[in-house]
Amino acid sequence: MTALSGNLRLTRGMFALDAGLEVAETGITTVCGRSGAGKTTLLRCIAGLEPQVQGRLQAGEALWLDSARNFCLPPERRAVGLVSQDAHLFPHLDVSANLLYGQRRIRGRAARVQLDTVVATLQLADLLHRSVQGLSGGERRRVAIGRALLTSPRLLLLDEPVAALDGPGRREVLDGICAALDALAIPCLYVSHDLHEAARLAQQMLWMDAGRIVASGAAGEVLCDPRLPFAQAEDAAAVVEATVIEYHSRLFLSRLRFEGGELWAAVGDAPAGQKLRVQIAARDVSLATVRPQQTSVLNVIECEVVEITAVADSPAHALVRLSAGATGLLARVTWKSVAELQLAPGGRLWAMVKSVALLN
Amino acid sequence: MNSADLVAIWLTLKLALVVTVVLLLIGTPLAWWLARSRRWFRPVVEAVVALPLVLPPTVLGFYLLLLLGRSGPLAPLLSWLDLTLVFSFGGLVVGSVIFSLPFVVNPLKNAFQEIPAGQLEAAATLGAGFWDRFFTIVLPLARAGYLTALVMGFAHTLGEFGVVLMIGGNIPGETQVLSIALYDHVEQLDYARAHVLAAGVLVFSFVALTALYLSGRGRQLMRL
Repeated sequence: MTALSGNLRLTRGMFALDAGLEVAETGITTVCGRSGAGKTTLLRCIAGLEPQVQGRLQAGEALWLDSARNFCLPPERRAVGLVSQDAHLFPHLDVSANLLYGQRRIRGRAARVQLDTVVATLQLADLLHRSVQGLSGGERRRVAIGRALLTSPRLLLLDEPVAALDGPGRREVLDGICAALDALAIPCLYVSHDLHEAARLAQQMLWMDAGRIVASGAAGEVLCDPRLPFAQAEDAAAVVEATVIEYHSRLFLSRLRFEGGELWAAVGDAPAGQKLRVQIAARDVSLATVRPQQTSVLNVIECEVVEITAVADSPAHALVRLSAGATGLLARVTWKSVAELQLAPGGRLWAMVKSVALLN
Repeated sequence: MNSADLVAIWLTLKLALVVTVVLLLIGTPLAWWLARSRRWFRPVVEAVVALPLVLPPTVLGFYLLLLLGRSGPLAPLLSWLDLTLVFSFGGLVVGSVIFSLPFVVNPLKNAFQEIPAGQLEAAATLGAGFWDRFFTIVLPLARAGYLTALVMGFAHTLGEFGVVLMIGGNIPGETQVLSIALYDHVEQLDYARAHVLAAGVLVFSFVALTALYLSGRGRQLMRL
């Protein structure tokens, strides 16, 4: 089941959008790509703000676009929430009137989202009776997100909601988004420039280039795809979904299980059963063809080599894509090591992970 | 003040009121289109709307007289509609609407242009249809523009002379408006009665403009 599926085509001057799209029923799908790749245009087409768009768009039961039959549902009839880069709060209304603007206009569907939930998760209680003029950037974004959520959308579209925000404001907005989406179970398409932000939030990821969606899938897979800039970046990292098995208070370390093995990591004292998302940087992974003994490295994971590719910014290095069970990992090692260890796709080896970072 | 002057004043106020209402009704969609359209002929329409700003009112009145007259190109239509627009109150309304058009359309256009497209798109994705957006977003945000348009349309119609004289003539109770009654008094060297009318218009216009500038909306006046 998908929240949204279809294909969209739009030509504007030199730019052409041609995107086949499937958005999962739950969780956050991040949309990444260089500026000018068409991320914002994609969101605008989904929201119905680009009437010239061709193609077809199906949101669950509802048909939003079928250009073959000359059908294009206007934005006000689509159950979609859009928060653009500028929050576009209504200056003549106070915060609570802004929040309720969309909720009062829900047509033909239940108001699943309650004001209380939105106010609590996005921490808007202190803002409700304020004028929108005095709000900070982070506050404006949170109000805009709350306003969109209160329309009980089938899908939330966020266009770089934390761009141009400072550290604390950014953190508040991101925490609010995660809390609200968790509480409301609304799927979300999230445009982001920032690799770290995308890795932290995404269950699914899309990569756009020149108007096309060139890669899509589970976040773990997309982040490890060597053809995409994520894996090519100097700070490339794999994302691992893990569950806490136990916390050793004497060691200040937790034992985590993921699909493909176990990890020791200093990730605080999260209780057993807690789901965590951790990140393993490619440059923190060393490879060995025999199981290393007597090493200070805590995490030694048995893996299979999936593929070995060049790294664009460094001719000395190779990017080795590994699979540990169902989990993808990346290792950035020299070509010299690749030759000496005689690494080749299909080969089994041991990945020594020097550092594990908590993402959320 | 004698009754003829009172009749002229009443007629002028009635004319200004009717013209202002008609102008706001016509001016709103026209200004909206001018503010949002990217058609190549938009500058042409803008120029047509702005023409009364630069044309001598008598030129406008002369062509309106020919256009709406008994042998003009619109004569068959007007006689079918059983309308006489020359030398009648209806003709004054038509002439005044055209003459005061830029004074209403331009403030509205400026106000509409200042509303970011993103505001309206946000309202649309929040479920507001076209008219809903117009009444809940556009009208409140363009309030200052409407106030300016209202005052300017009304005051400018009060003060016109040339167009009215050409198309309406000087029929007491039908087309003799304040400015023409004033002209009559001056012609007859009846300065006392002229003063009453002239000072009245002067004071009214001054008060209206002062109120507009005091409200902080006067800056829009200069952006015709």
